[in-house]
Amino acid sequence: MLKQTPLNARHREANAKLVDFSGWEMPIHYGSQIEEHHIVRTDAGMFDVSHMLPVDLKGEGARDFLRRLVANNVDKLQSTGKALYTCMLHEGGGVVDDLIVYFLNESWFRLVVNAGCADKDIAWMETQRDRLAPGLALTPRRDLAMIAVQGPKAAEKLWQAMPGTRDLAAPLKPFNAVVVGDMFIARTGYTGEDGFEIMLPAKAAPFFWQALLEAGVKPCGLGARDTLRLEAGMNLYSQDMDASTTPLESGLAWTVDLKSERDFIGKDALLRLPRNRQLVGLKLLDRGVLRGHQKVLTSQGEGEITSGSFAPTLNASIALARVPAGVNLGDTVEVEIRDKRLRALVVKYPFVRNGKALV
Amino acid sequence: MSIPANLKYAKSHEWCRLEADGTVSVGITHHAQDLLGDMVFIENPTVGRKLAAGEECAVVESVKAASDVYAPIAGEVVAANADVEASPESINQDAYAAWMFRLKPDNSADLDGLMDAAAYQAFVDSEAH
Repeated sequence: MLKQTPLNARHREANAKLVDFSGWEMPIHYGSQIEEHHIVRTDAGMFDVSHMLPVDLKGEGARDFLRRLVANNVDKLQSTGKALYTCMLHEGGGVVDDLIVYFLNESWFRLVVNAGCADKDIAWMETQRDRLAPGLALTPRRDLAMIAVQGPKAAEKLWQAMPGTRDLAAPLKPFNAVVVGDMFIARTGYTGEDGFEIMLPAKAAPFFWQALLEAGVKPCGLGARDTLRLEAGMNLYSQDMDASTTPLESGLAWTVDLKSERDFIGKDALLRLPRNRQLVGLKLLDRGVLRGHQKVLTSQGEGEITSGSFAPTLNASIALARVPAGVNLGDTVEVEIRDKRLRALVVKYPFVRNGKALV
Repeated sequence: MSIPANLKYAKSHEWCRLEADGTVSVGITHHAQDLLGDMVFIENPTVGRKLAAGEECAVVESVKAASDVYAPIAGEVVAANADVEASPESINQDAYAAWMFRLKPDNSADLDGLMDAAAYQAFVDSEAH
């Protein structure tokens, strides 16, 4: 039996194609994945992301616990509502999950984790909590729904749908959040566009979704979410990194604090392990479509595509690939697709940001 | 969308149309394109290639995934539709107009071994359950 979000009935009314996503029945598209992709790049779209799990960490010493638990430095979180993207690592340096940590006050942080990792994450965090900070409370918030409103017109249409949110949410800078009554509004997303991720009580979600619909925000499925995040150069857990890879070989060195004295779980391993693999961007030069797990042949040895797709904004195929260190931007590599070897260029990513092609 | 009565269908979701010149046009069905989603890339067999019935001979790729296309009957490829290769979305717009390639059948009676519209509809319904 698949789990359903509070918006399941809305998706059915809108003729969504529903699929099994990490045990959740989720919309992959509502007709055309490519149209939904373009709507987010040019206007405003909304995604039901209620399968993701907010977890509240409460109690005295919450910040100290997070200093140990996650690889990025939570001391960067000094103003109320500030968000931080980070990985949570095993002792061996592999990634347990990637998450966003929101700072609300010294005894309340909110963590948002991936749907497919939620049970494992809770177990991991509880184990670490019991060991390091038994006084802290970890509360999974399955009572909350989450809707992402994304696109250059997301703000304008959100104010139209919910005029009461404007005064508090309009001043939000990217990667900041505000609590508005029982809503939590964050200026974050997974598309490379302006927008908001809004958590609210499950019961209120269908009304909010309807108000957004009436304001002209188009429902978009997880298919478009995937092509949007890939164009934006954002990693997807279980594809671009997992327990067998470190953040340093997953393009996430910028999220790992190795400079401060602070000790965190996995730090020793990161300092010790050789760094002989890297994540790079690829743009296909020949005709075809790059896909996950295709083999990449480089002058430095073999690699593998971790995420690949047709990129609607670029009208080309792009990928993230894990390749040997020593492969450089501007190199041409070959990708094995069925019985052919096609040429691809190693490029800097993100591929697209704020509606503009960067490659 | 209704399934055209003048075509023949394979279990692997290709349609076939016997043309006036004796060649057979092949495409994928509306049901197949609906399962795959937005088409972004088509790889057709080269003209002159001889195909056995059921042989993998073309690829259609949607944003989501790549899918093989099989030769519904044995024959030689006599044409590949460059328009469909240039505009893969034409398959989403009208799957039964967007032929992919044409075969000169080894034996045109082989078409009789394929499903008619009613049988294909029943087959699609049975796969849905």
